Amino acid sequence: MHGHHPAAPPGSDLDFMREQHLDPFNIINGILIPLFGNVGSERNLGYAEALATAHNDWQVAEWLDKESRLRGTLVVSQDDPVAAVKEIQRCARDRRFVQIMLAPRSSEPLGRQRYWPIYEAAEAHDLPLGIHSYGIGGHASTGGGWPSFYMEEHYATTMGGPATMSSLVLEGVFERFPKLRVVLVEIGFAWVPSFVWRMDRLWERMRSEIPHLIHPPSHYVKRNFWYTTQPMEEPGRRDDLRRTFDWVGWDRLLFSTDYPHWDQDDPAYAFNIKLTPTERRQICRDNAEQFYRF
Amino acid sequence: MLQSLVSEKKIDCDVHVTLPTTAKLVPYLDDYWREQVTTRGIDRLELTSDISNISPALRPDWKASSDVETVRTLALEPFGTDIAICNCLYGAQAVYNADLAVALCRAMNDWLAEEFLSKDERLRGSIVLPWQHPEKAALEIERLASDRRFVQVSMIAMGDMPLGRRALWPIYAAAEAHGFAVGIHAGTTYRFAPWTNGWPSYHIEDQAAQSVGVQTQLLSLITEGVFEEYPKLKVVLIDSGVTWLPPFLWRIDKLWRGLRMEVPWLKRSPTEIVSEHVRLTLQPFDGPKDAQVIQELVAQIGEHMLLFSTDYPRWNFDGTDAVPLRGQPDLMRKLRTENPFETYARLREV
Repeated sequence: MHGHHPAAPPGSDLDFMREQHLDPFNIINGILIPLFGNVGSERNLGYAEALATAHNDWQVAEWLDKESRLRGTLVVSQDDPVAAVKEIQRCARDRRFVQIMLAPRSSEPLGRQRYWPIYEAAEAHDLPLGIHSYGIGGHASTGGGWPSFYMEEHYATTMGGPATMSSLVLEGVFERFPKLRVVLVEIGFAWVPSFVWRMDRLWERMRSEIPHLIHPPSHYVKRNFWYTTQPMEEPGRRDDLRRTFDWVGWDRLLFSTDYPHWDQDDPAYAFNIKLTPTERRQICRDNAEQFYRF
Repeated sequence: MLQSLVSEKKIDCDVHVTLPTTAKLVPYLDDYWREQVTTRGIDRLELTSDISNISPALRPDWKASSDVETVRTLALEPFGTDIAICNCLYGAQAVYNADLAVALCRAMNDWLAEEFLSKDERLRGSIVLPWQHPEKAALEIERLASDRRFVQVSMIAMGDMPLGRRALWPIYAAAEAHGFAVGIHAGTTYRFAPWTNGWPSYHIEDQAAQSVGVQTQLLSLITEGVFEEYPKLKVVLIDSGVTWLPPFLWRIDKLWRGLRMEVPWLKRSPTEIVSEHVRLTLQPFDGPKDAQVIQELVAQIGEHMLLFSTDYPRWNFDGTDAVPLRGQPDLMRKLRTENPFETYARLREV
């Protein structure tokens, strides 16, 4: 769920959210994602720190204290890891905060060692990283430049997923922090099998360049990564979705709606395949309960 | 018609030929450029992103490819190849001086014709395009159109701008008019960071980025309407992986259904457009080791989409009888013979 725009935009009214979303869909736990102000990309680091702190206090006062079904996402100034760690330490004891949000379209690839203090704090407090599709890092949306259309931009933002995954894995973040858990939010999941096969093949050829990586990339991806489901993939051959779940891992998928965005998924219609009750329970409840320690 | 032309010819759609040094191009340059190249000491002019320069990316038994004898011995004969399409990666496609690019690319193409295409009739060429100057690039296509040994024009995946941009359309117009396939080879001229989150630390991250770079460029070609404007155009994605294609298309089809009011000139789904206009070379095969899963992936991608390639001399090729081809003569025949003849119009006309 997002609070994105100033002045009473969608997702800014708790009562309406209850009526429109939490109640009709029987949501037991809804995790808030506050995107206002692009804090993860803010270059004025003092402002970023102030905005992050305000965001977190606002979530507690206006949302978490008023509605027990909601959980919060810690906003941090990711380009100032010292301030980010301070904010994590300040808020971590409030267990209603269930993850730390980072922007994948970052100013530098997130695997760089300058970000590692954030990962150390995240692992120490058993808080996963929620890497949500957003950010204005200053780099072109694609390696080939700035695209013309929103349709391209939408996809390019999704590719912040493999950009961040490869940086975190290949820089060795999970060698140093083996218990760090990462969930990629609104960045898709169907690209994951192909991309991980690619990284494994490259690692076989080029591993002499990164001797710190003891295992093939797939080892870390299987151990350290999870994915939210929205926007759900809709293959023409429906069974391809089931195979994709097999390859990604049924235990790695966490249901999400993306309420109140235009491309949100309705839980009644999101899946184009027939799930068994067990499978549905796993993706729509059990995986998230375990992952977020509800 | 096709059946009789095709016979049983075996085609390798990606064999790399490397220019050893710019000095080899001097005989093909005019006085001005000969002096520039000599006094400025422009020697190898490698494309920085070309992994042929990185020893872990080369097969230990495939070290050199700068003369036709080596290509014959290592790339053609072991595979029984009847036709091989030569691709040259060269830094001329990355220089900022467009006139220099035009001069070097012309010389490169003449060198390729002289040193390779004239010396072995099995070889075909990709025209190295000075795409920094699209009008001159189109003229280079016109210049070589009468030489039927050139069957493709070649660009790098990531360059000055998204590949669908109208500024590049003279290239597509000329390619379509003369029946050239447009080959888009993995690589970047580093005008932009290879990843949307910036500049990575390691070569291996750069390599991982290539398939994503190609995806976003394919999306640019689709959304800008290139295939509507040039309905006979064929695009070959070279050296960029293949297994990303199905999930890419699922997502792009879904985005198109939600956003087609933004691009109303697209009358068909991206999947239909790609199925008609786009093909992919097989190597590097970015799949798992499990043969059963590879079967499923080939079925997802579509057997008609893939072109056999060794990617000689890079360390991608998995061997003559490697999966997904082992024990499947029909599939092998599609990839090595039928699909290339369907894709490269100029192969059919020799």
